[in-house]
Amino acid sequence: MTDRILTVRMEAHPQDSHTLATYEATGGYRALRTALSSMTPDDVKAQVKASNIRGRGGAGFPTGVKWGFLPEDLRPRYLVVNGDESEPGTFKDRILLERDPHQLVEGIIISSYGLDVHHAFVYIRGEYPKPARRVQQAIDEAYAAGYLGSDILGSGFSLDITVHLGGGAYICGEETALLNSLEGRRGEPRIKPPFPAVAGLYAKPTIVNNVETISNVPWIVANGGAAYAAIGPERSAGTRMFSLSGHVNRPGDYEIVMGMTWRELIYGIGGGIPGDRALKTWIPGGASAPWFVPDEHLDTPVTIDDVGANGSMLGSGAVIVMDETTDVVAAAHRIVKFFAHESCGQCTPCREGTTWLERILWRILNGAGRPSDLDLLLDVCDNISPGLRWPPAMTTICPLGPSAVSPITSIMRHFRDEVEAKIRTSEGASVG
Amino acid sequence: MTNPIADWSHANQERAQQLMARYPDVRSAVMPLLYIASLEHGHVTDEGMRQVAELIGLTPAQVHSVASFYTMYKRDGVGRYLVSVCTSISCFLRGADDVLAAVEEATGTVDGETSDDGMFSVEHVECIGACGGAPALQVNYEFVEGVTPDKAVALCRWLADGRPDVVRSDEMQALFGGRASFDPGPADPEGAIAPVPAFGPYGSAASGPQRAGR
Ligand SMILES: Cc1cc2nc3c(=O)[nH]c(=O)nc-3n(C[C@H](O)[C@H](O)[C@H](O)COP(=O)(O)O)c2cc1C
Ligand code: SF4
Ligand code: FES
Repeated sequence: MTDRILTVRMEAHPQDSHTLATYEATGGYRALRTALSSMTPDDVKAQVKASNIRGRGGAGFPTGVKWGFLPEDLRPRYLVVNGDESEPGTFKDRILLERDPHQLVEGIIISSYGLDVHHAFVYIRGEYPKPARRVQQAIDEAYAAGYLGSDILGSGFSLDITVHLGGGAYICGEETALLNSLEGRRGEPRIKPPFPAVAGLYAKPTIVNNVETISNVPWIVANGGAAYAAIGPERSAGTRMFSLSGHVNRPGDYEIVMGMTWRELIYGIGGGIPGDRALKTWIPGGASAPWFVPDEHLDTPVTIDDVGANGSMLGSGAVIVMDETTDVVAAAHRIVKFFAHESCGQCTPCREGTTWLERILWRILNGAGRPSDLDLLLDVCDNISPGLRWPPAMTTICPLGPSAVSPITSIMRHFRDEVEAKIRTSEGASVG
Repeated sequence: MTNPIADWSHANQERAQQLMARYPDVRSAVMPLLYIASLEHGHVTDEGMRQVAELIGLTPAQVHSVASFYTMYKRDGVGRYLVSVCTSISCFLRGADDVLAAVEEATGTVDGETSDDGMFSVEHVECIGACGGAPALQVNYEFVEGVTPDKAVALCRWLADGRPDVVRSDEMQALFGGRASFDPGPADPEGAIAPVPAFGPYGSAASGPQRAGR
């Protein structure tokens, strides 16, 4: 049974997994040859659909279904690969870009063939110059070898790939903000619909997929969609990259088959907590996700649907572990501060709300909290995300605003006594 | 027609033309062009924005509106070395605030400022995708992971004393880094020549345009 797909080459060839020579020597570009010589574009799409792969950028939308939304008759179409990776705790696309860029490039070429795309873009966050260099080198090598450009391998299919560096803005990971940025505009999310598949880059039909999603395509085409679908639990098919960080003995990137328990992930793969301290809480899917606690969640399975059913999300696969020494109010404040800083400012509840939340948490943290702050916090949260439901209700153009609510509802639900204690201390301080 | 970027280096003028040809719509080149303008002038100046605007047929106000949206287009002067310390959640949990304080102390420069001698700019930044090697920082966008306050101080001294023209992630990581998010593989010869991401088409040490007149 296959248990790893994306990280096999970099592990076997740590010195040169990024080169064309090693990529070809380990089976690289064979799937592309197969696709171009013996598959129709519809065959490629059918295999991706059959794989049941769900997007790895955060929302977990089935890739084959998304690809089906392209209108039949409109050309040109574009493929845009999302390498903006800025969700705090996430560093899994970086390793794929840096250590196996040809895997991504081959995935782009095969996907573009399936989608009838002739110009694809890779949007990489500006703080990732080395990953961008590696991808550009791979693209240059692929052009020289005849895998890119016109009439690829004599198939009549042509494709160009352009690498675009971001300018430092988390919001550009949101797909419509990314498209605005790629068009040379401010990276502000667009109101949907229309969805990018209908009117995306330059108002043309556009598929946006995450780096990890597209990196899986060569394997899917080489081995068949059914083989991919057979890996892991039914609705969480395939392997998945996890970024493990915070208070664990072995932080890092891990490619695993979904379905293990959180205990196995944190204590097995992550090597447990430094100093054998107790686990206090962890974030299962990036800074936007509501937090989990040992009593309720340690033995629940790591799948997209189980995490969703437990009121959170697997998101970008970023697992942030906090031990018993963690000041959860300080941790929540740090995350809310991130969202306040990254709000693009278009929607009032997000722009004003995140700033308010940050200020209230700051004063609680610094001994100036008031008893009314607890209700105030929840009130502001409710303004951003009415009803405080999961998944959140939306009053805003994009989900960034509601994401800022997650750390607050998490500490209020699991650690309310700690927040109250901080406020009581504040009162003492102000009297004394 | 006059050439709006006649004062740019020949290599950078050529890069600009290549970049503009890379996109179906020339407006898309505004972001890469702003990076090259930063290399030419040390940061994003009014003149640089005017030049980029003229090059791609926008108004200077439109270019300014784009530049001001993103944190990496520095509109005030930037030091020779931009030290960006991540203080987001995973780095925070592993002591990032102490690293930032050590960098401020070692450079005599507070968060958000540039030293009087123009050597350093210091900033705290949100997650830079190195959380497995927390706490992490970047110098001119080149990573150093698994730093400690002491190692961060030593790194700043090394920069101030040696004044390297090119900063490379691998070199700094070997000297001042600790645990990294993942095995970086072989050393990368390219590195940053200015506080601009060292990506070939926009300028880096091993290829492309050179820092002009600094
Ligand atoms: C605020 C915000 C930030 C996002 N950041 C990223 C990101 O950095 N990378 C990414 O692939 N998707 C990100 N997404 C999700 C994208 O909008 C989009 O769903 C995804 O790129 C689609 O690719 P996939 O279907 O392959 O997952 C973000 C979404 C939001 C709302
Ligand atoms: S929710 Fe926030 S980040 Fe998203 S569009 Fe509105 S203001 Fe911008
Ligand atoms: S939180 Fe510091 S690099 Fe991600």
